[in-house]
Amino acid sequence: MAYLLIFFSAIFVNNIVFSQFLGICPFLGVSKKVDTALGMSAAVAFVLTIATIVTYLIQILLVKYDLVYLQTIAFILVIAALVQMVEIVLKKVSPALYQALGVFLPLITTNCCILGVAILVAQGTYNAQGLEPNLLTGVVYAVSTALGFGLALTIFAAIREQLAMMDIPKGMQGMPIALVTAGLLAMAFMGFGGVDGGLAKVFGL
Amino acid sequence: MKYIKILWNGILKENPTFVLLLGMCPTLGTTSSAINGMSMGLATMAVLIFSNFIISCIKNLIPDQVRIPSYIVVIASLVTALQMFMQAYTPEVYKTLGLFIPLIVVNCIILGRAEAFAAKNGPVESIFDGLGIGLGFTIALTLLGGIRELLGTGKLFGATLYSENYGMLLFVLAPGAFIALGYLIAVVKKTMKI
Amino acid sequence: MKKLPSTLPNMLCVLTLISVIAAGALAYVNKITAGPIEENKARTLAEGINSVLGVTDAQVQDTKTVQDANGNDVILYSTDKGMAVQAIDPNGFGGTLKVLVGFSEEGTIKGYTVLEHAETPGLGAKASFWFQKGEKGDIIGKNPGEKELTVSKDGGEVDAITASTITSRAFLRAVNAAFHAYAGASAPADAQSGASAQQTSIHN
Repeated sequence: MAYLLIFFSAIFVNNIVFSQFLGICPFLGVSKKVDTALGMSAAVAFVLTIATIVTYLIQILLVKYDLVYLQTIAFILVIAALVQMVEIVLKKVSPALYQALGVFLPLITTNCCILGVAILVAQGTYNAQGLEPNLLTGVVYAVSTALGFGLALTIFAAIREQLAMMDIPKGMQGMPIALVTAGLLAMAFMGFGGVDGGLAKVFGL
Repeated sequence: MKYIKILWNGILKENPTFVLLLGMCPTLGTTSSAINGMSMGLATMAVLIFSNFIISCIKNLIPDQVRIPSYIVVIASLVTALQMFMQAYTPEVYKTLGLFIPLIVVNCIILGRAEAFAAKNGPVESIFDGLGIGLGFTIALTLLGGIRELLGTGKLFGATLYSENYGMLLFVLAPGAFIALGYLIAVVKKTMKI
Repeated sequence: MKKLPSTLPNMLCVLTLISVIAAGALAYVNKITAGPIEENKARTLAEGINSVLGVTDAQVQDTKTVQDANGNDVILYSTDKGMAVQAIDPNGFGGTLKVLVGFSEEGTIKGYTVLEHAETPGLGAKASFWFQKGEKGDIIGKNPGEKELTVSKDGGEVDAITASTITSRAFLRAVNAAFHAYAGASAPADAQSGASAQQTSIHN
């Protein structure tokens, strides 16, 4: 049940965009249309899950050989290489999926939520809801985080599609109104604060 | 004159936060107070100056197709070095900024400037570009941090200006970051006519 | 100087070279900063012990590591001026919260300091002063042995940090864990039963 708790808390309570401030660039950059938002979310979910597993294993090696100071550099290279590989494999295996996700993949290398989550999981400093931080909880956390990112991005894109048709004062057009909207959304997500504590009681943890 | 122009360009015309809209994660994540925003800005500036300088020096040695990975390695090592120095000599600041220090690697400003400026210009110009953009980023972060701190807690740089009881806590919290930045960009664009 | 063409050997050489230089430089930086980082940690600990005991020259005479009910390490520093206990709680808002608490002989809290945390700046990070003497969530002088410290939301007496209940709960759990370890260590008979109780609870 604790896994379910990690799942809920990473999506709603500690949403990566609204409360951790990670992955803001794609959140603001590719949120003009719902279609592209969905594509980006899928690409992030895909890469984030694989990257978390690979970097977790690399962290074990780094700790073993006492090279933890190479963490950042190793992780970012692995993520960059991984993104390239995913791109090549997708192109060969599933051209349809590549068509849908292709444009977003290069952008993901500089999406800080990938590196951020990879570091959090590798160091075991995420909220594992009382479970031992290991590969399994790490992956559950990563997948839920990616879903939370997708949810935030899709909702935001849907609002911006509507917003584009509105008559907005000149000074607020573009990024300012988008940021204020994001602020209101973040406020809505704050309403989930403490829900994880309640769920923990419901689940009997 | 040329250098002042590059500097000015970074601070105002191509201000990373207000005009280019780059590096939003640390902008929102670390600006809960003026001093936090300033520390993050200065840390980013240090990396930016060095990365611009190094990349500009070695730009001709790097084949085009591997330039992005090479830049990333340079930036990542600079960030790691910075991280260790901060841990050693400014542990308090290191504790406050936390995860956002290693994440300087993926700050699009740094890779963006390497690609857009350092790869095309000489080392000295690149240093000034790093300084200018870095200052622009630091000013923006300090400003945003100051506004959030003042509205949220009634303090500025830790000095109490009015009682915390009248502060709007919202501005210290996540939603306030988005809203304050939104209005700040609108005001800056209006007053600077950019 | 002309740009190197993008041939395979060129690319491989350059990338390898850059990586090797970068790794070498980092190893060097790591070596020169390792000392100061260690010193910092040692100094923070010494200063922490002094501040939580309210003295300036406590000498650590004995360090002992035990485990709390959840299997986390608790470190007891016995000094000539009293006992300081370091405990952690892994479920803060941003991860692990590490505190150092000083206890008087009766078990009341003399002082505390937050050694490590990953809480939100401006919110949960306030834990370092929120619970100090005269602040809103004052825990100094309280005795966790008489009544477990909990936030008022959970029916306790301690005011949680505004908008940071998760951090506050984690902080108080760590303080309570520190107290139990302290109580276990200062009363040998209790320590026995305490230790066995902890043994069983680890396997739960």
